[in-house]
Amino acid sequence: MPALCRDCLHPFETGSRCPACRSPRVLSHPELFSLSIAHMDCDAFYASVEKREDPSLADKPVIIGGRHRGVVSTACYVARIRGVRSAMPMFQALKLCPDAVVLKPRMSLYAEVSKQIRTMMEELTPAVQPLSLDEAFLDLSGTQRLHGAPPAVMLARLVRRMKDELGLTGSIGLSHNKFLAKVASDLDKPRGFRVIGKAETPDFLRDQPVRLIWGIGPASQEALDRAGIRTFADLLRWDRTALHARFGSMGERLWHLARGEDHRRVSAHEPVKSISSETTFDADTADPDILDGHIWRMAEKTADRAKARGLAGRVVTLKVKKADHAIITRRLSLREPAQLADTIYRTARGLYEQVAGEGPFRLLGCGISQLVPETEVSAAGDLLDPGARQRGEAERAADRIRARFGPDAIVKGRALR
Amino acid sequence: MKLSIERGALLKAVAQAQSVVERRNTIPILANVLIEAEGDTVQFRATDLDIEVVDRAPAHVDRAGATTVAATTLHEIVRKLPDGALVTLTADSAAGRLAVDAGRSSFSLATLPKEDFPVMASSEYESNFTAPAPVLRRLFDKSKFAISTEETRYYLNGVYMHVAEGEDGRVLRCVATDGHRLARIDAPLPEGAETMPGVIVPRKTVGELRKLLDDDEAKIAVSVSETKVRFATPAITLTSKVIDGTFPDYTRVIPQGNTRRLEVDASEFAKAVDRVATVSSERSRAVKLQLDEDRLILSVNAPDSGAAEEELAVAYGDDRLEIGFNAKYLLEIASQVDRENAVFMFNSAGDPTLMREGDDQSAVYVVMPMRV
Repeated sequence: MPALCRDCLHPFETGSRCPACRSPRVLSHPELFSLSIAHMDCDAFYASVEKREDPSLADKPVIIGGRHRGVVSTACYVARIRGVRSAMPMFQALKLCPDAVVLKPRMSLYAEVSKQIRTMMEELTPAVQPLSLDEAFLDLSGTQRLHGAPPAVMLARLVRRMKDELGLTGSIGLSHNKFLAKVASDLDKPRGFRVIGKAETPDFLRDQPVRLIWGIGPASQEALDRAGIRTFADLLRWDRTALHARFGSMGERLWHLARGEDHRRVSAHEPVKSISSETTFDADTADPDILDGHIWRMAEKTADRAKARGLAGRVVTLKVKKADHAIITRRLSLREPAQLADTIYRTARGLYEQVAGEGPFRLLGCGISQLVPETEVSAAGDLLDPGARQRGEAERAADRIRARFGPDAIVKGRALR
Repeated sequence: MKLSIERGALLKAVAQAQSVVERRNTIPILANVLIEAEGDTVQFRATDLDIEVVDRAPAHVDRAGATTVAATTLHEIVRKLPDGALVTLTADSAAGRLAVDAGRSSFSLATLPKEDFPVMASSEYESNFTAPAPVLRRLFDKSKFAISTEETRYYLNGVYMHVAEGEDGRVLRCVATDGHRLARIDAPLPEGAETMPGVIVPRKTVGELRKLLDDDEAKIAVSVSETKVRFATPAITLTSKVIDGTFPDYTRVIPQGNTRRLEVDASEFAKAVDRVATVSSERSRAVKLQLDEDRLILSVNAPDSGAAEEELAVAYGDDRLEIGFNAKYLLEIASQVDRENAVFMFNSAGDPTLMREGDDQSAVYVVMPMRV
């Protein structure tokens, strides 16, 4: 059976230890060197980046998320041992792990590291489809001759390089389609490398629960439950038309997935539909000054991401969540697509006036949608708002300062509210 | 109600009325036109609650009365009737129907009670004056292209008609802007207009008004109050609410100190702009103007699709200048010029540019440049 040493990347035929370096971290699978669709998922990405930045955190439980009221966005593996999970409310996480170091996410830092990882992945193949900052699909089909090594070796080299150069670990899933690659990467995290071959696919899936499928949330889960579908074996008993009749287009997809088939391609250019940021407050508030500060910070974050991707949005959205968790959103179409924090802030500010009376609020978010490339933003100034051009130039200048001296090198006064 | 009317006269009156009616209505009566017959006239009234139009036409009235029917249906029927037909309208209030008969065609339309029809409250007008149709036509035609459609700045969604101080005394002035370009058109102040309050005439009203202004000989009676404006000919009365907002101080937007002067044949210029802009498919197509001694080079560079360049002989004697504009804005402005050469006054590549027709100060346009 083909085997590969994950430490020295030495390929060999048999044995549970690498014949070259005696490492026990050996990967062996009959289809190891013929599979080429992979999913790479960083291990506790935000927390790992923070630990790398501050080595004193290395053996401490670290949780990334809003301080008191928010949810856990990432927990390091030390915290996970104590039962902390992502998306868990922070108070619950702190009950489980009172000594945890809670850090606010530093998105721009993570984005920067993510870019470095992306660059490494793009050296392997142009078909890299990022799903978020810390995970991506890679299609390495046809790259063997280019690299002089099969995809499995290149992927093992990628995670080793991430560890050596960036101090971060990741888990790899390698299979024959995206669905299974994603499932595989999750199977032995952290520092995992799991292969699901074609031959074993039916056996592997049979007893797995259908919630394994990415995109099956609580609602779909319930619908499937009602139809008596819990595992892939249940799913296999349904014929194609019956699934389609009951679940529509999702039924069609389920039929294929039940057979381990997923024909979606790894596409590098999955269009982004919207960019947004939101924050949950430490305490509910109706204070216009505090909310104004939040609007600015969320506008600025949204703008940062839009600028990083070279996009602008024709529609600006403001979202607030009331104390009773009711969500209100307001949106406005602009004549010129917005990219500057200044524009997003001013528009969202106007939208806020429409909902101000509904406070107090517990959450506020800003976003842009109907995205267009930034080159479509008309550079024509506004006759009636001669300050707009200066504010725009000031913002670009501030961006350059932050790029050079760090994110806190220059901030707006209203960001401190 | 029973009346007979010639098809042509009926079509004209109904056409004007139905164009005010909004296509999508949540209030059924607003889709209808109110028909009132009395003496030897029939009157058609339609409204969208912001604009009301009343059209009068001579008719043979057998029985005075009033009713309302769907404006678009009535218009469609009359439009399809043969030219020269005599149309009879007969209301049957008991059955709630209006019979439309012409030759061998007969139609029966559902009606709604005339009492339900909202009639715009009459109001006191602070200023009443008369202006020749061609004067109003010029004021609105040359300014309306610059009206904004932006919801956030609703006060720009119309033409600001007011009395202002022009070069040679007081003038009747129309201004429209969307923030990227501005049009300022002046006309001699008609007698009686001195006390007129400045009003923002909504975009839709400007469109409806245009239909009253085709006749060169017509005199238009204009009445203005703080909240309403009325334009009337003997046959048609158009009453409209004005936009409740403050038009921004446009005077500081109009550059005073631009010294670099370019004179160019407007239609040659427009054609050249149109030609070079063809290579770009972007929404905001930027055209670069490179000005040198009596020479203008227009160019467009769209990295994805191509590039174009054209040279024009112009009159220009100042320093070299490179400046970019949205092609659409340049075309719209250049097409306002119909008698003389277009004169552009530039300052720098980042400042608003002024355009006028020859040295005529009564029509002035301002356009914001783009970075190119």
